[in-house]
Amino acid sequence: MVVEAAGSNDGVMIAAQGLTKRFGDLTAVDHIELEIRRGEIFGLLGPNGAGKTTTISMLITIRPITEGRATVNGYDVARQPAKVRASCGIVFQEPSIDTALTARENLELHARLYGVPKAIRRERIEELLALVDLKDREDSVVKTFSGGMKRRLEIARGLLHHPPVIFLDEPTLGLDPQTRQHIWDYIERLRREMRTTFVLTTHYMEEADRLCDRIAIIDRGKIVALGTPKELKDSLGGDTVVLTMKEPPLEAFRALSFVSKVDVRDGAVWLSMERATSNLAHVIQAAGGREIATVEVRRPTLEDVFIRLTGRAIRQAEEGGGEGWFGAAMQYTASTNR
Amino acid sequence: MSEFEGLYGIWLREFKVFQREKSRVVSAIAQPIIWLFLLGGGIGASIDTSRIGNVDYQHFLFPGIVAMSTMFGTVFYGLYIVWDRKIDVLKEILVAPISRITVFFGKVLGGATDAMITVFILLLLGVVLVGISPVGVVAGLGIALLLAVGMVSIGLTLGAFFESMEGFQVIITFMIFPLFFLSGALYPISGLDPVLGTAVQANPVTYAVDGLRGALIGQSHFPLWLDVGIMLLFDAAMVLLGTWAFRRMKL
Ligand SMILES: Nc1ncnc2c1ncn2[C@@H]1O[C@H](COP(=O)(O)OP(=O)(O)OP(=O)(O)O)[C@@H](O)[C@H]1O
Ligand SMILES: [Mg+2]
Repeated sequence: MVVEAAGSNDGVMIAAQGLTKRFGDLTAVDHIELEIRRGEIFGLLGPNGAGKTTTISMLITIRPITEGRATVNGYDVARQPAKVRASCGIVFQEPSIDTALTARENLELHARLYGVPKAIRRERIEELLALVDLKDREDSVVKTFSGGMKRRLEIARGLLHHPPVIFLDEPTLGLDPQTRQHIWDYIERLRREMRTTFVLTTHYMEEADRLCDRIAIIDRGKIVALGTPKELKDSLGGDTVVLTMKEPPLEAFRALSFVSKVDVRDGAVWLSMERATSNLAHVIQAAGGREIATVEVRRPTLEDVFIRLTGRAIRQAEEGGGEGWFGAAMQYTASTNR
Repeated sequence: MSEFEGLYGIWLREFKVFQREKSRVVSAIAQPIIWLFLLGGGIGASIDTSRIGNVDYQHFLFPGIVAMSTMFGTVFYGLYIVWDRKIDVLKEILVAPISRITVFFGKVLGGATDAMITVFILLLLGVVLVGISPVGVVAGLGIALLLAVGMVSIGLTLGAFFESMEGFQVIITFMIFPLFFLSGALYPISGLDPVLGTAVQANPVTYAVDGLRGALIGQSHFPLWLDVGIMLLFDAAMVLLGTWAFRRMKL
């Protein structure tokens, strides 16, 4: 069975409205709204237990939806599960490779289960074995593989049938940097050549930053921010310049129009500002010739966004009514998410 | 087409795993032989052969041992999916775009193939040990297959419901042993007391043992059509039950 992208989906590959999953009293996924376009690489980030895997499980039909609805490749997840499954490639978070079979046999079984035409089966398997660098171990029983080798094989398996959508739940956990690089390249190639859509979760922030077109940050089952990596980073309010110096002229710094905040922490001065690189000269001027021991310009990373959104501070802000920058982040969600 | 490819893929997987587990194959064959000699020899010494059609007890026992090997092998094979589910091997197959019915039939075929290979080797030994004819080997394989399909379906059905291996002992004690001991595998079924006799007649395995005994040593209590007819009904019922269980099985 070769599954084409369904005709009437207007370039929307995955849509979820009010998608919710409850396990007894626990709401693991809480009214999530998603709209992922064809050819997009979409990241789901969030702390442990945020509901990422549960969200994916509902989208790939292996867990029933408690409330709300979702479509994948134009098919309704609850009513057309077989069509949805035929549209998906999946790399599970938990190991699911068959350790009693060899690497090649695992891929052959997968090709049969997903109806990859015989004519291209062999060539495709060769290509993926090469991608994950298991060519020389293809006939070994998987039982004898290392953890990373098993993971690589699982990734090869998920990509094997070139489906329109591929879900990757922490695919690169525990892989060496080279392998991760190969896999990223292949993902980008599939997206470019076949307009494959990817949904991936990861705890490697720089991976998400590099690879994803858009990212949703999930916390306690809710999307707390959604946007491009750049939008998310910008939402933190620009850059930070960290100065270490004796007797810093705090008032002079505060007087600078482009500085939004001045903090003294860990024996250093932290200045929040826009475009730190071009404004740095003004900061040094404002120091008025006083000796500056070190200067550091920090751009916000996705990691900063993640920690701000899901760390302790957010919990307190939430209890206090969700003011300040949290509100700004929420506006992101509202604006990018109809 | 894809369903068929999937069915073949699942069967092939089961077959390869069976081939690789040499120790399982060896014990699947050695165990019945041990039973035949130890049990057959011991009980045979004290038995009145006029009650078992004037044959040596080991001859009488042999078809029962073939039934035992088929039953236990296939039920365990079916129950094994609990483990496959626990280690998430089955997940890959269950999320594939093939129907659960196909998955079920792939597993039934896999289990039946394993059983047939074991039974075939046993029957070849039977040719030497108890003088089974070539026709008997073929007929014996046919009846063992009918038993295997029903029993592997029972195993798979139970396996679909269990969350862990802890329930296995209970199943073996309260279900598989009674089915075996009440089947006439070890003793003749004529002249039993009414309660036991009724239980034996209600047990589908009885008809498989009877059919096997007819095929292998030419001794039977029921006509062949009845043995085969009841096995077919039993298989149909168990396969239906199994497909239902597979459709509602959670990942
Ligand atoms: N089968 C289940 N029964 C009950 N609760 C569950 C079940 N599966 C998940 N949960 C709960 O749902 C919540 C979300 O879990 P989920 O696995 O989706 O998190 P996650 O974001 O994938 O986390 P991680 O980064 O650790 O993989 C957790 O609180 C978890 O305990
Ligand atoms: Mg997870």
